[in-house]
Order: sequence, then C-alpha cells, then structure tokens
Amino acid sequence: MSGESATRITPGNALRPEDIAEQVAAGTKVSEDVAEYALRLGDDALILAQRLSWWISRAPEIEEDIALGNVALDLLGHARSFLTYAGSAWGKSEDDLAYWRQESEFRSCFLVEQPNGDFGKTIARQLVFSIYQHELYSRLVDSADETLAAIAAKSLKEVDYHRDHAIQWTLRLGDGTEESHRRMQEGLNSVWPYVHELFVDDELIERLPGVAVRPSELRAPFDALLAQVLGEATLEVPDVQPAMTGNRGTRHSEHLGYLLAEMQVVAREHPGATW
Amino acid sequence: MATQTDVRDLHAVGSEEDQAGQAYFDKIIADDSRIEPADWMPEGYRKTLTRQISQHAHSEIIGMQPEANFITRAPSLKRKAILMAKVQDEAGHGLYLYSAAETLGTPREELFDQLLTGKAKYSSIFNYPALTWADMGAIGWLVDGAAIVNQVPLCRASYGPYGRAMVRVCKEESFHQRQGFEILLELANGTEAQKQMAQDAINRFYAPALMMFGPNDDESPNSQQSMRWNIKRFSNDELRQRFVGMIQEQVKVLGLTLPDDQIRFNEETGKWEYGELDWNEFYEVLKGRGPCNAQRMERRREAHENGAWVREAASAYAAKQSQKAQVA
Repeated sequence: MSGESATRITPGNALRPEDIAEQVAAGTKVSEDVAEYALRLGDDALILAQRLSWWISRAPEIEEDIALGNVALDLLGHARSFLTYAGSAWGKSEDDLAYWRQESEFRSCFLVEQPNGDFGKTIARQLVFSIYQHELYSRLVDSADETLAAIAAKSLKEVDYHRDHAIQWTLRLGDGTEESHRRMQEGLNSVWPYVHELFVDDELIERLPGVAVRPSELRAPFDALLAQVLGEATLEVPDVQPAMTGNRGTRHSEHLGYLLAEMQVVAREHPGATW
Repeated sequence: MATQTDVRDLHAVGSEEDQAGQAYFDKIIADDSRIEPADWMPEGYRKTLTRQISQHAHSEIIGMQPEANFITRAPSLKRKAILMAKVQDEAGHGLYLYSAAETLGTPREELFDQLLTGKAKYSSIFNYPALTWADMGAIGWLVDGAAIVNQVPLCRASYGPYGRAMVRVCKEESFHQRQGFEILLELANGTEAQKQMAQDAINRFYAPALMMFGPNDDESPNSQQSMRWNIKRFSNDELRQRFVGMIQEQVKVLGLTLPDDQIRFNEETGKWEYGELDWNEFYEVLKGRGPCNAQRMERRREAHENGAWVREAASAYAAKQSQKAQVA
C-alpha cells in the first residue's frame, strides 16, 4: 500500500478515530517507537480533556461551559485518534489504553495533570499548553508518518481556536480588574514549573527523525508568542524555577492517580464489558 | 398592577392603543399565526411566557448537572465524547431559551437571579440523582423522550422566538433520546450486571419522567389559558398518555420492563392508561425536598459566585477597550 495515504482526509470528511481504527483493522501497524510517541501526544490530550471536562456546568458563564467543553471535546478527539494509532503496535484499542493501563504506563506530562484551580489557573494552563501544542502540530503536519501528519492537520485547526480562546481570556483577566490580574499572574506562576518538561528532547525523539517533532525547537517560538501575549495583558513572564518532572517517563505528579481512579472506575468495575 | 393586567386580559376598557393591540393580538391567535417581540401583547401573556421559557432555560442549565456527574467517569472514550457533546448542547439550549425570554423584556441576569434565589423553578426531574452509568441511558431515553413529547407541540407556540428556539432544541433532543436508548440497548445486551443496571435505572426514572408532564389535568388550572393563547396545544394527561404508549413499545426492544403493571391501551377511549403516580412525591420534590434540590442549587450558586470575578474582569476589560477605541 505504499504511496497511498494511511488515512482518508478530504474536506467534509475530517479524520475520525473510527477511520484510524478501520486502518488498524485492515493491517496498519506502527513500530513501538512511533506508538510510544503517539502515546505521549494522546495522553497529554486525554488527561487535559479529562481535566477541562470538569468545568462543564461549573464555568463562570454558560458561554464558557460551552467553550471549555468544546476544547475538552476536541482534545478528547485528538486523544482517541492518537491512542487508536498507538494501540496498533500492541493490538490494543483506545479504550484498552485509556482504561486499563496503570498510572506508570501513562506518558502525560506534569502540566496537563495539574488541578484546574480557579478559572485563572485553568486559563494559564490552557495558554501555555495551547501555544505549545499549536507549535507542535504545525510541525507534525509535515511528519514522515502520514497518520500522525493527518491527525495533526485535523487537530491544528481546533488548537488554533483553543489558543485564541486562551489568549483572549489572558488579555481580559490580565488587563481586567486588580483581582483578575492577581489571579491570572498566580495561575501562570503556579503552572510555570511544569513548562520546561514540554521542551525536553530525549532518546525516543532522537530515534524518530522526520517523524517526531523535536520539542526543543518549539521553545523559541513559544517564548516569543507568550511574551507578546503577556506583555499586552500587563502580566509578567513568571520568574519561577522549573520543577524536576517525569521527563515523559514513568513518573508522574501526585495528581494523576486520583484523576485515573475517577476516569477508570466504571470501566474497571465491569471487565470485558462493552459500552 | 396585577388587577390591571387581569382586566386588560379580559378586554376591559384600556387605552385606545391597548384596544387596537388587543384586537390585533386576538386576530393573530385566532388565525393561529405568530406574535413577535415588537407586537403588542397582553401582560398576562408576556408574564406566562417569560415564566415558562425561563423555567425551561433553568431546567436546561440545572439539567446539565446529573449528566456532568458522569462525564469524568464515562466507561469508554466514545461515550465520554458523546456525553460531553450532549451536556454542551444543553448549555446551548439554555442560551437560546434565555435569549428567547429576553425578547420579552427581562434580561438574563434577572432571570438567573430568580433561579439562584429560588424564586423561579426548574423541572423537578433534575432533583433526582444520577447514580450509575445506566442513568445516562435512562435520562436520555425517558427524560429527554418526555421532553420531546412536551416540546414538539411547542414548536408551534404562538410566540415566534420560543417556537423557533424549540425547533432547534427538538432536533438536538431527538438525537439525545436516541443516544440514551442506544446506551440502554448496549447494556441490555451486555453482561448480567449491565442489564440489571439498565433495569434499575428505568425503574427509578420511569415515574419521575411521567411526572414531567405536570399534574393531572384537573389539578392544572393554568393550562387552559395557555391553550387559549396557543402556547400549549395538548393537555398534560394527553401528552403523558402519548408518551406511555411510545415507551411501552420501545422497552420491548430493550428486553426490559417498565415498573408499572397497569399499562394498557383502552380500546374504548383510544388512550393509554397507567398506574396512579405518587403525586405526593411530586409535590414534595417541587417544594424542595427531593434528593438533590439543595445540591443542585448549591452547585449553581457556587459556579455563579466563583465566576463573579471573571465576569467583572471581562466587563472591565471591555470598558477599557472601548475607552481606548474612543480615544483613538
């Protein structure tokens, strides 16, 4: 099947997780390294979707229930595609990976695991993550792996909106009232220790030239846009030290266990069941 | 003011403008046509609609809570995505409905305030807890199903913005009902534990869903006026009977049962009959003593209060921006 796109993506026929599942069923199988890389992408999206979905019915305005729900739903879609693709290496489905892996088998970064905090902290986390993810996906569209490229192409349009949403709120909160300014700055300071991890290269990245995006390359454009947004919002780039994080390994923040316990509980009460 | 309102409704002497307005209004209603926001309308009509539409909007917003309770625990990623989209739709319904109510002259903040202070009601069904994953199915199938039966005739309501909002709401509700049924179907064909979970959810939601149509006709004094105004098209009991007829067929597809052994079709009246509902429970929940009344209101107030600084920031920022624009 060489030369033929691994995935169908045409206008009006956006790539769905089900399309990837079909490709996998038809024999598409990725290498362990690509699968491991897809897990990182998928787990970040999944864990952040899980975090954001908490806001639905709790947001400051109904419009925000919808907006944050929308962002969560988009991220969940990315996660489903990446996990389905990753799972082809081990004969596992998206649900096998989401519901039946142990905490140490997740590849999410510390940033997305951070609790929501108040709306300011959630927006700070969104700002950082969406700028990073936008830089990442806009390079992943050129990946030599056509499926990763196709998922990125579909997701990039959505992340463009997530980034805009986070920037607009950063401006409003930063340059709104004294209280909102303080809270937004505190939110940024509180997520800042976990920003460094997003940009660390490691052996897996070295083994996937042309396929994976080199995280360190994203740091300069990230810093530039962030500084511009924070400047306009009258906020400061935090002067906070990076924390020792998991480096995409098997170590996670203390928060992940609770998040997974909640996410996996119903599925795990019914082994072998379908839903 | 109240007496004045009533008098006007009864075509008593009013200003010339009112008399002309009333004549126009009566003709629109007689022609089964539509009243639009700028048209003259009797105060009673305006009040009834404001109350009904805002209660409907509040129900959508409070109704997000029982389902949001399972978003983080949905047992598959596909189901999680569908549930998130569904609860998001409900927020959207709340928004159109608040907007429709605003065309009658009451701003959203005021309507919201009526909800938060307990002055306005929302559908009692949402004061029951969502306890298991199967409840997501039962809520979709029975609660949204009852809502559709109630709301389809409202697409023809005499007040234009309400009728039009309901067209879109009904389309989405019908999708919600199908996804609820699909959840139950999957459970009914699943493991023994899943099947029991589905039956238990139906058992708990059946009677409260039937009560969503409101009290029996002889206990529902406002219905008559709403019917004369072409807001309401069918009586509470007519709609309830229609709903029972629908679900007693559908439950067979699930291979499950409804917790009422008195459901039967009466050939003589051409109507579905069912066992007496516990109206005492209905009124208890309505008075605030349901399992979740306090919890639902607390969550809504908490979200509103925690969001106050965000809304203030947005206003302050908008004011600064418009000031800057003026200077420039």
